[in-house]
Amino acid sequence: MMEIGLNHYLVLSTILFCIGLVGVMRRKNLLMLFFATEILLNSVNIAFAAISHFHGDLTGQMFAFFVIAIAASEVAVGLGLLIVWHKRHNNIDLDTMSTMKG
Amino acid sequence: MEMFLYIALFAPLVGSLFAGLFGASKKKLFVGIISSFFIFVSFVASSILLSYVLKTGSSIQVEMMTWMATGDLYIPFGFVVDQISVTMMMVVTLVSTIVHVYAIGYMDHDKGFNRFFSYLSAFVFSMMILVMSDNFAGLFIGWEGVGLCSWLLIGFWYHKESATWAANEAFIMNRIADLGMLIGIFLVYWNTGTLQYTEAFAAMPGLDTETLTWIGIFLFIGAMGKSAQFPLHTWLADAMEGPTPVSALIHAATMVTAGVYLVVRSNELYALIPHIGLFIASLGAFVAIFAATMALVNRDIKRVIAYSTLSQLGYMFAAAGLGAYWVALFHLMAHAFFKALLFLGAGNVMHAMHDELDPFKMGGLGKSMKTTMILMTLASVALAGIFPLAGFFSKDLILEVAFIDQHFIIYGVLLLTAGLTAFYSFRIIALIFHGEDRHTALGHHPHEAYKFMLWAMAPLLVLAIISGFLFKGGFFEMVTQLLPATEYHIDNAATYWTITIGTQIFVLLAIYFAYKKYMCKSIKIPDGTSAMENSFKYKLLINQYYIPHFYEEYLVKPYRALSTIFWEKVDNKIVDASVDGIAKIIYSSGEKTRGMQSGNLSTMLKWMVAGLVILLSLAVVFGLAARHSVEITTILSGLGV
Repeated sequence: MMEIGLNHYLVLSTILFCIGLVGVMRRKNLLMLFFATEILLNSVNIAFAAISHFHGDLTGQMFAFFVIAIAASEVAVGLGLLIVWHKRHNNIDLDTMSTMKG
Repeated sequence: MEMFLYIALFAPLVGSLFAGLFGASKKKLFVGIISSFFIFVSFVASSILLSYVLKTGSSIQVEMMTWMATGDLYIPFGFVVDQISVTMMMVVTLVSTIVHVYAIGYMDHDKGFNRFFSYLSAFVFSMMILVMSDNFAGLFIGWEGVGLCSWLLIGFWYHKESATWAANEAFIMNRIADLGMLIGIFLVYWNTGTLQYTEAFAAMPGLDTETLTWIGIFLFIGAMGKSAQFPLHTWLADAMEGPTPVSALIHAATMVTAGVYLVVRSNELYALIPHIGLFIASLGAFVAIFAATMALVNRDIKRVIAYSTLSQLGYMFAAAGLGAYWVALFHLMAHAFFKALLFLGAGNVMHAMHDELDPFKMGGLGKSMKTTMILMTLASVALAGIFPLAGFFSKDLILEVAFIDQHFIIYGVLLLTAGLTAFYSFRIIALIFHGEDRHTALGHHPHEAYKFMLWAMAPLLVLAIISGFLFKGGFFEMVTQLLPATEYHIDNAATYWTITIGTQIFVLLAIYFAYKKYMCKSIKIPDGTSAMENSFKYKLLINQYYIPHFYEEYLVKPYRALSTIFWEKVDNKIVDASVDGIAKIIYSSGEKTRGMQSGNLSTMLKWMVAGLVILLSLAVVFGLAARHSVEITTILSGLGV
């Protein structure tokens, strides 16, 4: 039986990060985009926590908490905007949001 | 006394600035009067300085302020009033006062009346700096200032193509010469370590002859440009496009004599290099006869007088080159008086004839313009050098100098020129004022100029008559405190009287011949058919020895062609193309990448990810490279890089 070490966590984190990235790039639904960003942030959290445990230093885990808090507030603001957008335009498709075209 | 120095120097500047305030507005009589007044103030201050210098025999030196002080270089704005500069100051301020007053009448109907006085006073200020500076740098500022004002005033009627062309010609010719002058000044600084006249000239005897020769040559090149000596002479005749008071002040009495002033001021230098002096004298004699021959046939009264100026400048250089600096300065002074008078008289004639300049289209003007006729005739007598007018004392003295120094070729040339001078001066006098009336048929109704203009000319007339015999002794005593005091006397009384009386008879004969030839009734307006007009000599002279033609054909045109090539090939294809190319690259890259900025959040997120990937991989690559730098260096050196 193989011991689960730091590398496993880091590989998991990387895989999750890639999934998140692909989600950010491919998803056209704004809600799904938020999910993808959550996956990205949490993959980083996993890495923080694992490395923190590996080094026996609590700083990484504290940082992970900060990330969770900030992600929560970000989602709160983002979801508010999303709902307003949905009320106005009756959809949340990314391709319709191109008012910042240069 | 320092106060008077500053007044003499800055009063013209004040006048110029004052007139400049009204530069763009309509003619205002008081502008002319006030700027004339300031010049007069300057004249009065100069006279006080003159009396001081005469009384005490000492000079006044002031250092107004430091101009440049870096390391060993120290150039102050310093001014000196000594025997030489006070002479020049008197000539400049006196002639310019008269010309200013005269111009009030002459420019009466001109739209640029106020502007004219601003330029004219600015010229006087520059000329005062030129003559009063106690160092070469200040001299150079004045030198350039008078060049600028000359350009402004020749091209005063800038709507005339010919005037702007002449202005540019004068300016460019002077630039060429000024390069020589600058090199000369640099050489002075390089070898003596100072630009102050006194210190620089004191250091010069310690230098080797070759260096001094080069300094002498380059300074003289500057003098050649300003004084229009061959081969830089063509601008002076063309400069007659400017208003006549300008021709009288700048292109006869003052600015063109700046070259002579420079040589006189540098007498200690030229005394050390007599071979250059001899060259200057020879060139002067050559220019004297060269210009006089061109004046013989010219059909433009102002140009005839301009050539005569050129010829007289040749005399001055001949004297200065032979070491008779005080004689050169004396002739400069006397010449300023009668030549300005001659020009102002020509201005009266031009006004009366509605800017007609061809004397063949005049004739018989003596009836309606008696005063002008008397003024111009006396000025011409003075110019011809008849006893006892100014020209006799100054010009014949130059002949004597050449004779005593046994430069008989120069003497012969100058003697011949004296005859020619008399001939061409009285040729135009005879054509303008005497003989058959040829102008009424052309629709001219001549009238005499304003009274005050004629009165303004009176002091010049008086000086043209008396300055010779009255001032010669005092002038000699004054300036020879600074200049070599060589008295020129022919010891043998018989030789002296033969030469003097011979010259007088020769000149009188030339005058008689001019009157006889040009006063007769059969004078017609030349139409290019007579045998004389078709002779080679006439064509050579009327075309100014084809020198302007030569310059046009062999200097201006090739230069223009070369410029076109450089413009088309170098400037357009290399300089412009590279600058435009850089702009084009930036433009096209912007054009290509603006697609990124679609505004679509999804696309932008993709670009963000791409950027992140690129930055990360760069960080990895550089991180690895930094870690393995030693190995990389070894591998690269193994590859021979």
